[in-house]
Amino acid sequence: MISDKKRVKGEVLLEIKGLKIEGLSEDVWNPIIKGIDLTLKRGEVLGLIGESGAGKSTLGLAGMGFARPGCRISAGSIVFDGMDLTRLSDAEKRKLWGKRVAYVAQSAAASFNPAHKLIEQYAEAPVWHGVMGTAAAHKQAIDLYGRLRLPAPETIGFRYPHQVSGGQLQRAMTAMAMACRPDLLVFDEPTTALDVTTQIEVLAAIKDVVKQFHTAAIYITHDLAVVAQMADRIMVLRYGELVEEAPTGRMLADPQQAYTKSLWAVRSLRKDEQAGDEVLLRVEHVDASYGGSLKVLEDVSVTVPRGRTVAVVGESGSGKSTLARAITGLLPPTKGSVVFDGKPLPPALKDRSKDLLRRMQMIYQMPDTALNPRRRVRDIIGRPLQHQLGLTGAARDKRVVELLRLIELDERYIDRLPSELSGGQKQRVCIARALAVNPDLIICDEVTSALDQIVAEEILKLLLRLQRELKVSYLYITHDLATVKAIADEIVVMHRGRVVQSGAKSAVLKPPHHPYTDLLLASVPEMRTGWLEEVLARRQPADR
Amino acid sequence: MNTVSAPLRNIKARRTAYQSVVRTLKTAPISAWFGMIVILFYAICAIFAPLIAPYGQAEVIGKAYELSSARSWLGTDQIGRDLLSRMIYGARNTIGIALLTTSFSFVLGGSLGVLAALKRGWLDQGISRVVDAFLAIPVLIFALMLLAVAGRSITNLILILALLDSTRVFRLSRAVALNVVVMDFVESARLRGEGMRWIVFKEIVPNILPPLITEFGLRFCFVFLTISALSFLGVGIQPPTADWGSMVAENKSLITFGRAAPLYPAAAIALLTVAVNFVVDWFLQKTGGLPDDI
Repeated sequence: MISDKKRVKGEVLLEIKGLKIEGLSEDVWNPIIKGIDLTLKRGEVLGLIGESGAGKSTLGLAGMGFARPGCRISAGSIVFDGMDLTRLSDAEKRKLWGKRVAYVAQSAAASFNPAHKLIEQYAEAPVWHGVMGTAAAHKQAIDLYGRLRLPAPETIGFRYPHQVSGGQLQRAMTAMAMACRPDLLVFDEPTTALDVTTQIEVLAAIKDVVKQFHTAAIYITHDLAVVAQMADRIMVLRYGELVEEAPTGRMLADPQQAYTKSLWAVRSLRKDEQAGDEVLLRVEHVDASYGGSLKVLEDVSVTVPRGRTVAVVGESGSGKSTLARAITGLLPPTKGSVVFDGKPLPPALKDRSKDLLRRMQMIYQMPDTALNPRRRVRDIIGRPLQHQLGLTGAARDKRVVELLRLIELDERYIDRLPSELSGGQKQRVCIARALAVNPDLIICDEVTSALDQIVAEEILKLLLRLQRELKVSYLYITHDLATVKAIADEIVVMHRGRVVQSGAKSAVLKPPHHPYTDLLLASVPEMRTGWLEEVLARRQPADR
Repeated sequence: MNTVSAPLRNIKARRTAYQSVVRTLKTAPISAWFGMIVILFYAICAIFAPLIAPYGQAEVIGKAYELSSARSWLGTDQIGRDLLSRMIYGARNTIGIALLTTSFSFVLGGSLGVLAALKRGWLDQGISRVVDAFLAIPVLIFALMLLAVAGRSITNLILILALLDSTRVFRLSRAVALNVVVMDFVESARLRGEGMRWIVFKEIVPNILPPLITEFGLRFCFVFLTISALSFLGVGIQPPTADWGSMVAENKSLITFGRAAPLYPAAAIALLTVAVNFVVDWFLQKTGGLPDDI
């Protein structure tokens, strides 16, 4: 094992100077990173934040001397512990990777080989690099699993990746990256795909080991509250350029640049709740299952008032999306009924009239898969107009342009394909498609969770404006409580297919909470340093 | 307005169809060019056969087994017909029939595949098991058997081969369509109350076209080889219609006399197969990966 003594905290480990990286698209090399300097000392955690496309991941990988296929490092130097990585051959870099520099990817599920046990994959790098034998590696893995607070550290390594949960897998991957006690770890959004309640455990575990081994780390994320917990210093990137760099405390308290300030302001959107007077949708004691005896929904009752927003909150697997499918008729409930505008809805989609379908619309989480990549905006928005309202030709096009204006795009976008739009613009087009036929209810399934925070906030503002103007109701499914605060009038908290708490926003968010609501609320990272430690300190007795 | 928080993305310049074709061709590798030129040459031969060929396909112009001469460039066959003319007509017959067969098999296999992916349940299970049973029997033997039962005619040949080949097309189109039917835009169309035809032809088919086109090229080669093999065995295209498989069979004994006559149709078969594969390879490379890349 490499001794920890030779690691002198404070010594410069990684120094990047004037780095430029270009990416190939359509036969042209476009700049991705436009000249960035970066210094990282041993034992220091550097947070890289910015929107998608800002070059965070590219820069993080460059810290390992790696450029993705289709990218090239065109200028600058990357000096890691005295070696210029830009001049090393691939074979020489391979000797470093996994041993002295390691990488933790966003999706652990996609990064583990499903055919091998966790501990076998853990041992791969140290054995290949000749750091230790298999037996020693297994022993060390168990130690590290314990430090990362994985349950049953002695045995968990002998499971296959599909036999452990997402949060555990992410910690197992962190353990794997730590196997050779690297000097530098690169974390690329390691908790983005996790629920808040799981995220907190992973964050705490990562923070612990990084501290114990004095490992330097680059922590890439778009979540500001997370970076506030993890990093000693923060760099804000935009369009491949450095916007601002400062120690975490100062960066949070006193951001200098307008862009950074706008990032900081994102989570401040609030909506004053209003009670609804007329009930539009009433879900009554609904059970649903995907065949078999396992109920995904059990005795769920939800009421949506006209012109208001009801947020359905819960972690993944709580049955939120199934509720949406039960309402839309894609998965007819096995018990209970759904009443829409005073009349019971036919359970199955095929029994519903065209007009009923028109009045209930849906917006999805991933705008990429919600839009047919082969159809232009004109047809995507125009088709419901034609199919459900019978508009054709010029009248249809005129309405499409009106709708584009409504969602704050304009007629120039009418002939674009989805691939020619940004993520936020795509989601706007999805909203326009739903609005096209003047629905009474729009079911929004995690519509902002695939978007950057700034873009997400714009979408939320748009949804709020549209509700004011058009009096449409939203059933808003989300796991993000910040979004709930921003948009909801009423909240329904779901856990394992059941409603655990529901009511007006202020009532649900005000203590005393249901224990599960409390856990959800307490797990949402706050934008200040030291929050993680406080939460952990509070939970300690219960956890151990 | 803060809509445009990022600078407008670099939009691909709009090109007319002609411009994009020219642009694509310019980047084609030499193997693809070779393939395209060969295919074009074959196509011209096939389409304009009566104009190009010096004699008719069944026209006897001299004695049997004449050597090549100014009158007949490649010599004559066993009953004195011009080999060159029969080669040219052979292109028309063999390629035409193969193309027709492949098209039928795609219409049948493709639509069933998409339908099975969309409907799932017993329909999918039913068709898939029948297809599995078909796939368990070697195509050539099965085709020989069915041709023996149904009788030798070009119509039967086309229908039987199309049926047998459609099983392979079914498997592919079902597999690629399965990836598309789970997309939210298909669900969105369902929630809109769209009919089956719209969902299949407007939402699904455009997104599975690139792999299907590639498969079309490959299946065409296999069908073409199978037809040639059947003709060689005497149950495919019947005399006096010229076709390459039977031409190899009719002239095969000449090889023992050092004559190249059976090699000409054999080479024609091989060359076309190679050429189509070159073009398909290039297309596969161009469209490789995600279907949303144009």
